[in-house]
Amino acid sequence: MKTETSAVDIDRSIGDFSYQVDYKNDAGVGLNEGVVNYISDVKEDPDWVREFRLKALKTFFEKPMPTHWASKDLEAIDFNKIRYYLSAGTQPKRSWEDVPEDVKRTFERLGIPEQERKFLAGVEAQFDSEAVYSNIKKAVGEQGVIFVGSCEGLKTHPEIFRKWFGKVIPTGDNKFSALNSAVFSGGSFIYVPPGVKVKHPLQAYFRINAENFGQFERTLIIVDEGAELTYMEGCTAPKFNTATLHSAVVELVALKGAKIQYITVQNWSANVFNLVTKRGLAHEDAEIKWIDCNIGSRLTMKYPGVIMKGRKARGEVISIALANDGQHQDTGAKMVHAADGTTSNIISKSISIGSGRATYRGLVQVPKHLKNCKNNTECDALLINSTSRTDTYPAITVRGTGNAVQHEASVSQVSAEQIFYMQQRGLTEAQAMSLSVNGFVNDLVRQFPMEYSVELKRLIELEMEGSVG
Amino acid sequence: MFETPTKRKAEHAEPILSEPSAMPDAPSWFQEQQRSAWTTFETLPAPVRKDQPWRFASVNLLDLSPYRKPHSLGQPERDQILDRSKPIESASMRLVFADNQLLEPVAVPIELQKRGVIIKPLDQAIREHPDLVRQHFMAQPAILGSAKYAALHRAMVSSGTLVFVPRGVALDRPIEIFHWLVQENSAVFPHLLLITDELAKVKVIEHFRSSDDDQPGFACGVNDLVAGPGAKVTYVCTQNWGNKVRALQMNATTVDHDAAALSLNVNLGGRYSRFESLSRLIGEGGRSDLLAIAIADRDQEFDARTLQDHASPHTNSDLLYKNALADRSRSIFGGLIRVEPHAHFTDAYQKVRNLLLSDEAEADSMPGLEILADNVKCSHGATSGQIDEDEMFYLLSRGIPPNVARRLLVTGFLDEVLRRLNDSAIVEHLRKLIEEKFAAEKARTRAAA
Repeated sequence: MKTETSAVDIDRSIGDFSYQVDYKNDAGVGLNEGVVNYISDVKEDPDWVREFRLKALKTFFEKPMPTHWASKDLEAIDFNKIRYYLSAGTQPKRSWEDVPEDVKRTFERLGIPEQERKFLAGVEAQFDSEAVYSNIKKAVGEQGVIFVGSCEGLKTHPEIFRKWFGKVIPTGDNKFSALNSAVFSGGSFIYVPPGVKVKHPLQAYFRINAENFGQFERTLIIVDEGAELTYMEGCTAPKFNTATLHSAVVELVALKGAKIQYITVQNWSANVFNLVTKRGLAHEDAEIKWIDCNIGSRLTMKYPGVIMKGRKARGEVISIALANDGQHQDTGAKMVHAADGTTSNIISKSISIGSGRATYRGLVQVPKHLKNCKNNTECDALLINSTSRTDTYPAITVRGTGNAVQHEASVSQVSAEQIFYMQQRGLTEAQAMSLSVNGFVNDLVRQFPMEYSVELKRLIELEMEGSVG
Repeated sequence: MFETPTKRKAEHAEPILSEPSAMPDAPSWFQEQQRSAWTTFETLPAPVRKDQPWRFASVNLLDLSPYRKPHSLGQPERDQILDRSKPIESASMRLVFADNQLLEPVAVPIELQKRGVIIKPLDQAIREHPDLVRQHFMAQPAILGSAKYAALHRAMVSSGTLVFVPRGVALDRPIEIFHWLVQENSAVFPHLLLITDELAKVKVIEHFRSSDDDQPGFACGVNDLVAGPGAKVTYVCTQNWGNKVRALQMNATTVDHDAAALSLNVNLGGRYSRFESLSRLIGEGGRSDLLAIAIADRDQEFDARTLQDHASPHTNSDLLYKNALADRSRSIFGGLIRVEPHAHFTDAYQKVRNLLLSDEAEADSMPGLEILADNVKCSHGATSGQIDEDEMFYLLSRGIPPNVARRLLVTGFLDEVLRRLNDSAIVEHLRKLIEEKFAAEKARTRAAA
């Protein structure tokens, strides 16, 4: 597809960024075979992809909403009112002047300079990131790393792409993975050849901005034997798009001895349903680590998982969730142990503010006849107001001897003594609260790359403002 | 070892799935309740594993078609059962039921009668104390998954016990109740309605047993435990049904202000046994302790679902469940701490520990928290592991044979729960039951070898 390829390959100048897209690509409102065919036509999909999409659409229609366990809020999604494919050309023009006042204020409070604000608002972001990205691309390209859009990947590297596409997360995994499989557009395809250790993290937040219409991105990352990769995605910026549904599928494959670190900072605006399926397949001695931070959205349902398929594979999920007024962060982790000596670790911290609700949902499976598998799960929740809510719903299955699994969770609040102590020393109540909350998540925040952790702290401070008193 | 309940002989009584039980002398309001419960039972769908409250459970084991209403028992059988219903030394009195039949007249000691304590078979209580029964009998909805079976119980219940302890009366010696499954494929519906008034104190021990360990049967029991303001209720249950029995037990405890309820379930028997425990803390200063152990072997499946429901501020609950799992056995724990809005200053704990003793044993744990209030202290933990090699080595190096060492360690693992009961006479009795189970296991292993 034209716009997407350009987003990936061309080092564009400011001028041709905004409006160089044609206006013809609009699949309209609602979902049916016609829409899927339309997307396939526009993207010039190979036949197998078209079939894959159409099959997935059927699965999507057949699957019920998971409301027997999940939030009833899901029923608010009207699949007939969503635009499933819209090329950038039909998007309204974007400029700094178009950004609403309260959002500008938000940026000011964040202490982000104007240049950066524009970037975060999604105006000039693409250009800036594009440049950064292109540089990285050049460096790693020489090492044989492939980093392209997924729709380009499936055409230019079908021999790798097809082998793993839809294998870690089958179409029918859940209703939303089926939806994504039917209408996916955008996302990354990355292949790291054996032994290559990618020094710089590959980043992807610009791409999400570039593809405002592409609410169904699909990412496939394959890291070959002994190779290493860190990937960062995120919209550290509040998003202003009117779309209500973001449903991505991310598949990771770590071959023998490979390491993947996948970092997400999610800060969608409060009208977005963020229903994402993320899973990694770790072969022998491989390691997959999800570092996940959820601050935005109306409802997020996301449970990054690792299937530890090879001996001594390792899976880890580090998760921070901040649920403010009207938000429900339903996050967690899935750890499936499928070989001896596999170990997994889940650390989740959530903060509920105002009427916010944070939920941890976990799954840990150790099937029988496995030896020396270990899982450690820790979930801590912090409640700020009396109307805040937090839930923990883990499910742990362990068979056989020789494995050790432990789960611990606690719920607490900021102690009055702590706040009093800080106020004694001249902090306002809000500052004290914010300091306390930052202290609560500090050990996890430090695991994020520098620029993210700084911003994360600021965001937390921002979210905390006005939550006291 | 998987078995299907043997086909019933034609002369045996009607299947339970035909109509509600006729409690001939019951007042019409109760019979009306039974009829409408029957409709509910028939309307509600059977559970499937996809239902969250039945996740992991072997719901296919709940085919009720083989089970029948039992015949009345002959005198020799009655005498035999009575003889086997040995109360513990400290007990003040016993009630013995077999196949839904009360085997001997209820003899309430005169000093209890004098103090206004009411202990009566349920059918008599319905007639003589309709207000108590109407107010408390199954007053808590079955919200932990078994609404269908609670309705079945309500429709079928024909025997049980009412215990009422009036204001300020403290009974130090426990009341003991036995429920036996005797005939092949009998269906029994034990009920205990335990009501304490303000500042009362009572201990009840209930025993569920089969006269023949290899006889299939079905048990579907409900207990209403009501701790009035400042009251202290201790409930101990030893579940030792035969190894082919499928059993469901639904307990609801309400704890009023400044009251304390403690329940301990010792789960030893049954093929599939599900235990639902709802503990509602409805008044400030209330405390509820939920304790259970399970010793599982062969194909046994113990399915526990609990809810610690904090509906009032300044309440306290503490759950400790421990399971020791041998052979191909399974334990399921689905527990939830729910702190309702405004139930601030709640302390709630939940701990599940599974000890896996074989490669084919399985432990499924779903400890949950739902916190809708502020200023709470809540935590839960679930662990699954096996016998510590160092501990084992320590015992072996002192000349203790491996099987004895293993048993010692398992006993020690479970003993933490028993000790919480703080009643040496009852704990001694429970330890003996546990030893008997181990002895039977050993005998089986020997026979197999």
